Amino acid sequence: MNNSFAIDVKDLHKSFGAIKAVNGVSLQVKEGEIFGFLGPNGGGKTTTFRIICGLLTSDSGSGTCLGYDIITQAREIKSKVGYMTQKFSLYEELSIVENFEFMARMYNLQDRENKIQEALQFFGLPLSQKNRLAGTLSGGWKQRLSLAAAVLHQPKLLLLDEPTAGVDPKARREFWDEIHRLSRKGITTLVSTHYMDEAARCHRLAYISKGTIQTHGTIDEIIRESELKTWQVQGPNLDELADTLRKEETIDQVTNFGNSIHVSITQNDSINYILKKYDHKPHTWIQVTPTIEDIFIKFTPQKYGD
Amino acid sequence: MNKIFSWPRFVAMFYKEFTQMKRDRVTFAMLIGIPIIQLTLFGFAINTNPKHLPTAVVNGDISPFTRTFVSALQNSEYFNVIDTDVSDKESDKMLAKGDVNFVVQFPPNFSRDLVRGNQPEILITVDATDPIASVNAITSISNLTRNVFNYDLQHGLSYLIPNNSPANVIIHAKYNPEAITQYNIVPALMGVVLTMTLVMITALAITREREKGTYENLLSTPVTPLEVMAGKVLPYIIVGYIQMFLIIIASHSIFNIPFEGSLLLLLIATLPFIAANLSVGITISTFATNQLQAVQMNIFFFLPSILLSGFMFPVAGMPYAVQWIASALPLTHYLIIVRGIILKGNSIMLIWPQIVDILLFMVVVILMGMKRFRRTLD
Repeated sequence: MNNSFAIDVKDLHKSFGAIKAVNGVSLQVKEGEIFGFLGPNGGGKTTTFRIICGLLTSDSGSGTCLGYDIITQAREIKSKVGYMTQKFSLYEELSIVENFEFMARMYNLQDRENKIQEALQFFGLPLSQKNRLAGTLSGGWKQRLSLAAAVLHQPKLLLLDEPTAGVDPKARREFWDEIHRLSRKGITTLVSTHYMDEAARCHRLAYISKGTIQTHGTIDEIIRESELKTWQVQGPNLDELADTLRKEETIDQVTNFGNSIHVSITQNDSINYILKKYDHKPHTWIQVTPTIEDIFIKFTPQKYGD
Repeated sequence: MNKIFSWPRFVAMFYKEFTQMKRDRVTFAMLIGIPIIQLTLFGFAINTNPKHLPTAVVNGDISPFTRTFVSALQNSEYFNVIDTDVSDKESDKMLAKGDVNFVVQFPPNFSRDLVRGNQPEILITVDATDPIASVNAITSISNLTRNVFNYDLQHGLSYLIPNNSPANVIIHAKYNPEAITQYNIVPALMGVVLTMTLVMITALAITREREKGTYENLLSTPVTPLEVMAGKVLPYIIVGYIQMFLIIIASHSIFNIPFEGSLLLLLIATLPFIAANLSVGITISTFATNQLQAVQMNIFFFLPSILLSGFMFPVAGMPYAVQWIASALPLTHYLIIVRGIILKGNSIMLIWPQIVDILLFMVVVILMGMKRFRRTLD
């Protein structure tokens, strides 16, 4: 058992029929870390989550989660992991407090009453509302309820699968504040997201696409290693310019923003050629640090179904 | 835009609806399958004039006359004589178990009394729990008795022919002498209601978890499949017993149906039947991807159950291939149990073969379900 890693898995593979959902994923997550999982839909994020928490058995590969073997000790892992699914997966027909009671019994918790009280406090709605049916809560509160239920049994590891999808910015921010608070208590978090501002709130990141981890590290490491150079271009008729630039084979990507476009290039030798050709009036080219989004789009398959 | 009806919009709607229907394979299978099932069931299997009803003979006088009578019964096609020489006691047991619908009894010295012109009596005992099943067969007996001995009574004995009838037939309707239809239907309803609700409700309860995504959350806890199944099924077993009590109370107080057997035995004998239905529900839930499919698959099970089990139409009147299907359905066996206990006062000794059949069905279904269940977890 390696004490410093909450998750330490090697070369995971999982196929569903002909589809290789996970194709050689290796991952190390330190204890207490908030580790972000990014990548396109269908890239293998959810499947990796399910393998780590023992919901699925991987076809091959090995590893440990919280020191337990992911193949043979799935039940021990489940009792120490809080898993928040992508879709709201508590019972809508049960009230808030009934959902907590159900989960508390599922984990065989001692001192159930106190744990439920703590969960209600953590959840944050006034106690008078505890008998409200979960199905009547708004999207943001449902997410909070799921999180409260996922931490009810005081897990050492939290697996959050797109926890803030479809939630308003304020609720998202509060949700993340909570995750950082949990992290300070030593809880490890593995979280998947599509939001780049959330990626920035993770200690480390991995980008998974086509079932493989394409890149990983801290944001700075990823940006440095990507060798991507980005220019912000301003001026008139930007949309037309963008279309012209997209036809240049040496340009990796062109992204339209409201009043500017981002042009990203990895091939160093073509930079001079491009600048000479386009960096003149009426347009101004300013080199900027690529954002994490610029880098990840580079790893995303060009077309759907690729 | 101003028109209330535009062709392109109508056509778009029509195509969309048709495509959706085609893609939903279970619905499509049902649209095609239900008419075929109904056609086969109503067209071939259901017979309100059942023939070839199983019959046993208690023969006190093995002679050409009794042989003639027995073969005449057989030739009438209403009777299928499965045993020509059983003892009195055995015949009672066969009737109670439902192995035969009729017992024909010839008294000793039947031939002697016939030849003497004493008009001996032939006793025909009918299992009248299902009054409809036996009506036509009974009518055929009276017609048959008048002429059946004509051939045997030629030459010196022909003086006997002009008599009204050389022998008297006495019909003894057992278990339901007044031929009250409710006696047959109401106890059987217990089986029908249990089949209808339990299969559906278990199938839905599990499919709902999968459809709503709560299943994933459930599986991420340390809960074991056994705990899930047991915890899910027990509430419905209790519901099943509540339904049963309601029907027993109603049958007793509203329909005045006598309860001949042991209530405790009925309660115990019902448990395997409830379990069998729940296992069907669970197995359906492993095939169905949503609640609608679960309901549709339930209909595929329920329809044959209600039509072939002997609830509405006697099984004996169905073609053999259909009888074979009927014998695979748990309801068929449960109806024999429940009618046997309530109307005939049957003991465990008479019903255990039916319980074994139900358990056998359950084991097969559970094996099927387990095979699917493992796959759906991954």
